[in-house]
Amino acid sequence: MIAYIAYLRRRAFYPCSMKAFADEPLWVRGGLMANFLENAGRETLSQLDYVGSLNIQLWATLRGMRAALPLVGNRLRWRAAVHQMLDIGVDALPMVALLATCSGFILAMQGASELRRFGALHYVIDLVALGFTRELGPLLTAVAVSGRSGSAFAAEIGTMKVTEEIDALKVMAFEPVEFVLAPKYLAALVAVPCLTIVSALFGILAGGLFMFFSTHLGLVLYFRYVLTSIALRDVVAGMIKSLAFATIITHVGCLEGLRVRGGPDAVGRSTTSAVVRSTFMVIVADAIFTTIFYFVGKA
Amino acid sequence: MSIISVRDLVVEYDGRRVLDGLNLDIEPGKITVLLGGSGSGKSTLLRQILGLEHPKSGSISIKGTDITTCSQADLKTLRRSVGVAFQSAALFNSLSLEENVALTLREHTALAPSVIDLIVWLKLAVVGLADFGKLHPQELSGGMKKRAAVARALAMDPEILVLDEPSAGLDPIVAAELDELIVFLKETFQITALVVTHEMHSAFRIADRIAMLFDGRFLAVGTKDEIRANQNPRVRQFLNRVSANPMHTPALASYLERYVQSQEAKP
Repeated sequence: MIAYIAYLRRRAFYPCSMKAFADEPLWVRGGLMANFLENAGRETLSQLDYVGSLNIQLWATLRGMRAALPLVGNRLRWRAAVHQMLDIGVDALPMVALLATCSGFILAMQGASELRRFGALHYVIDLVALGFTRELGPLLTAVAVSGRSGSAFAAEIGTMKVTEEIDALKVMAFEPVEFVLAPKYLAALVAVPCLTIVSALFGILAGGLFMFFSTHLGLVLYFRYVLTSIALRDVVAGMIKSLAFATIITHVGCLEGLRVRGGPDAVGRSTTSAVVRSTFMVIVADAIFTTIFYFVGKA
Repeated sequence: MSIISVRDLVVEYDGRRVLDGLNLDIEPGKITVLLGGSGSGKSTLLRQILGLEHPKSGSISIKGTDITTCSQADLKTLRRSVGVAFQSAALFNSLSLEENVALTLREHTALAPSVIDLIVWLKLAVVGLADFGKLHPQELSGGMKKRAAVARALAMDPEILVLDEPSAGLDPIVAAELDELIVFLKETFQITALVVTHEMHSAFRIADRIAMLFDGRFLAVGTKDEIRANQNPRVRQFLNRVSANPMHTPALASYLERYVQSQEAKP
């Protein structure tokens, strides 16, 4: 190990000199270890660079957000934000509602098949209500928005990059972050939580329909049970998650678009990358938030 | 006193030197043409002058402000006096032609909408597109897009007009019309124009001064007559449209030499 560290130090100081590697250990020379460590280091730096870029972009967008606000900001940016809200929210409504309804049925049926064995079928109500308020509502919405809008952001901004529209904005004395990103982010911050509420409502409604058909439990009574089983902190947890997911989806989509270099094929790659990365990051963020809320709830 | 001044400009991409110590002075009220073949560094120099990229070293001054060191706020203020028409036109596809031209007026001025509409109509009329304002860029031909880009560049009555390959890909009639328009703008509004092109005919039609780039360096800078009289072999080759022998390209020749050596070294 000492020999290997010495070798790495020489390599860092004399990157181009072959003499520096003449005495490198045999197990290192052109070996798997060196390749593995090099690749791991390169990949780590690349991921750190990505996360750093995301943070810088988020900060810049937050600073430019004032321009997109109604009354105090620029009228044209606010109009663009409203247009984006319709795109992200209203247009996705049928898809998210259907997704949530199907998932509600699935969750209720899977839960019922096990809970029935213990005579605890009524716990299906808690399962569906808490599951959708805290977890499935925000997550399903995020996956749907990531696929629809995250990819659209990457494609739109990537095309603007390729066709020099971003450069045109700069030379026309506009700030691309304020002009392009801020309305999208503001729209996502409004639309995603709204969609999450709709998603949770449809999921819980699907659970109610299942209970109605399987146990003849009336819907009014079902919703009364639902209201007793969820607390305000569950709703707040779901909303916090949905805001975080909106941030991730918007900024990953926009960053992928801004990183496009080359032609139309690069736009296609950025679109795919936006969906894959944002979905992955949403799930990681969900795990982190759930862990935090679990321990906070216990305390 | 030059309106744009480039001093010892060096630009590198990944260690590869693209512009190598360029010096250039652009006089106000004159048309300067940047002439050069593909890959000579014309567009890179243009992006530097527009402040879209940072150089490795050197300075670029526009109206006395060094854009390589000035603040973003100063750069923004400076950019309002520069109109740019990109090679790809770079019109915003989501906006109509009128909205494209009106964008800077709506955002950077406090003019009444009726005044903006009038200015937009005038700018489109100057480039012969007054009847096409309601169309979107995707509904226009290549020549119309280029002209629309010029109209947008003129929207704020800039002191400096920058045109990147304005006549590339256009038919000779439309290209000639654009050349006439650039000369008309200079003569009427005393506008300073920087035109990047590789079209010889167009360059000699419009230019007051020509700067010829090759391999990241200026081969020649001067008036049309000075360029015509220049005896540099590369300049002559460009002016006389003589094809370069690919075997004489240093990079290719050294590659071929190495390839032949490696083949000979094989058992």
